[in-house]
Amino acid sequence: MALSREEVLHVAELARLSLRPAEIEIFTRQLNDILAYVEKLQELDTTGVAPLAHVIPICNAFREDEVREGLSLDLALENAPAREDDNFLVPRVI
Amino acid sequence: MAYEAVIGLEVHAHLLTHSKIFCGCATAFGAPPNTQVCEVCLGMPGSLPVLNRKAVEYALKMALATDCTIAPESVFARKNYFYPDLPKGYQISQFELPLAEHGHLEIKVNGQAKRIGITRIHLEEDAGKLVHSEARPVSFVDFNRTGVPLIEIVSEPDMESPDEAVEYLKGLRNILLYLEICDGNLEEGSFRCDANISLRPVGAKELGVKVELKNMNSFRFIKAALEFEIKRQRANLSAGREIVQETRLWDTSSNQTVSMRGKEEAHDYRYFPDPDLVPVRIDHDWLESLRKNLVELPKARLKRFQAEYGLPEYDAEVLTSDKALADYFEATVKLFPQPKQVSNWIMGELMRELKKEEAGIDSCRVSPAALGKLLSLVDTGALSGKLAKTVFEDMVATGRDPEAIIKEKGLVQISDSGALEALAQEIIDANPKEAADFRAGKTKVLGFFVGQLMKKTKGQANPQMANEIFRKLLA
Repeated sequence: MALSREEVLHVAELARLSLRPAEIEIFTRQLNDILAYVEKLQELDTTGVAPLAHVIPICNAFREDEVREGLSLDLALENAPAREDDNFLVPRVI
Repeated sequence: MAYEAVIGLEVHAHLLTHSKIFCGCATAFGAPPNTQVCEVCLGMPGSLPVLNRKAVEYALKMALATDCTIAPESVFARKNYFYPDLPKGYQISQFELPLAEHGHLEIKVNGQAKRIGITRIHLEEDAGKLVHSEARPVSFVDFNRTGVPLIEIVSEPDMESPDEAVEYLKGLRNILLYLEICDGNLEEGSFRCDANISLRPVGAKELGVKVELKNMNSFRFIKAALEFEIKRQRANLSAGREIVQETRLWDTSSNQTVSMRGKEEAHDYRYFPDPDLVPVRIDHDWLESLRKNLVELPKARLKRFQAEYGLPEYDAEVLTSDKALADYFEATVKLFPQPKQVSNWIMGELMRELKKEEAGIDSCRVSPAALGKLLSLVDTGALSGKLAKTVFEDMVATGRDPEAIIKEKGLVQISDSGALEALAQEIIDANPKEAADFRAGKTKVLGFFVGQLMKKTKGQANPQMANEIFRKLLA
């Protein structure tokens, strides 16, 4: 299977990336190379093998329902691109 | 052409855990913005989510209560999309392997029972809260809600009317409240509902184009939005216009659904198993211990109310359809063990007063103890049924003790036969014609005499005694 130029643009859009024309060509080729490499796995016969969701053979890593102190307000907001009062400030999306 | 509606519902319910689903931050509603956040729920690089065991247990309880098949192994997946209320750029949810599937809930509309299928129940994390500025093109983000555990309950498209949809939602909410795993608050968003609705020609097999409805934070709005949408779609279809598949919001100011304009990008969430979380395996023992300790559910309680208290099915249904109401009933019966009397008062006077104040039983000022005392006073004849209603209205308004009200208003029933006889004689003497009528066999005038006595005593005469006294004096 090969990714079309349109599919690459769609994926870029989903990732909020704007690509220059030259980049579209490069990424289409690179993504296709990666897919071709991974496609090798298709040669394996997986009949009777259960789908695997996680590579480590463990399950049920739980924590108990206990409240722990989080970050202070200032620390939490330190990485905010913009801050107003006690809120993160973002461009309006609606 | 005649059309029929097809409705499916998606419910999101906040689970009542103390901490979030993947981190230890508090989940309390109403805290100052961004004071219940940490590296994990803010999606900082390098942080790792760890699943809250209680959240899984709560979700399992709901799955058991709705007769779902519980997956021996379920997996968390990343749902990828960009929105400012989602700091990681994905929501941790479940996709291919949800916690539970194939359940159902029985509802009753106009006396008709109907089974509504539940497609699936899965666990996920909630997103943050956005407040849009009125004045500037900016939004304020509060991440306190980010990571609060949710169960999403998806129904089959089994409902045909807004009434059925509302009954289903009330039924689900009631079970959540019985299980004490969600506070069911629609206004605060701890119980939210999205609806999918389409129309098709009556009898057609194929589903029509569906519209998704959002922003309905009360049962009233849900009903109104569905009713509006049925009318709108029917008008469009009748006029030969196609229905556009879209998301519409219920607008409370114009009482209609409005298209959620903006880029209606095709959903492409690119789900994949979250590598940060290991699968959840539900072993037999865990499930059985949960099943064994499951509380009494509405259906079982309804049956018990009929058997144990001898209530008619209707009473038992009304009372058990609201956990708080059923609790209130049982608490009152403990103090005044005449179940039908208690039921009559709750379903009559109490519910009428609650309706007037548009309040739930939780905020009722009359305690079961106070209602029990009032009913005892009526039972012993110290208070007439009519006066009891007056006293009750005062209790609802002020929350005061019935005896205090009776004393203050001087409402004690007059059961002193001597005093009543003296008054009765005065009335007979003043109305010789009526007295003669009675003696001539017109027993209907007895009502007139009793009425006069009630007037004289401001309603405080014991009505049974009044009847007897007049019969005796006029004999």
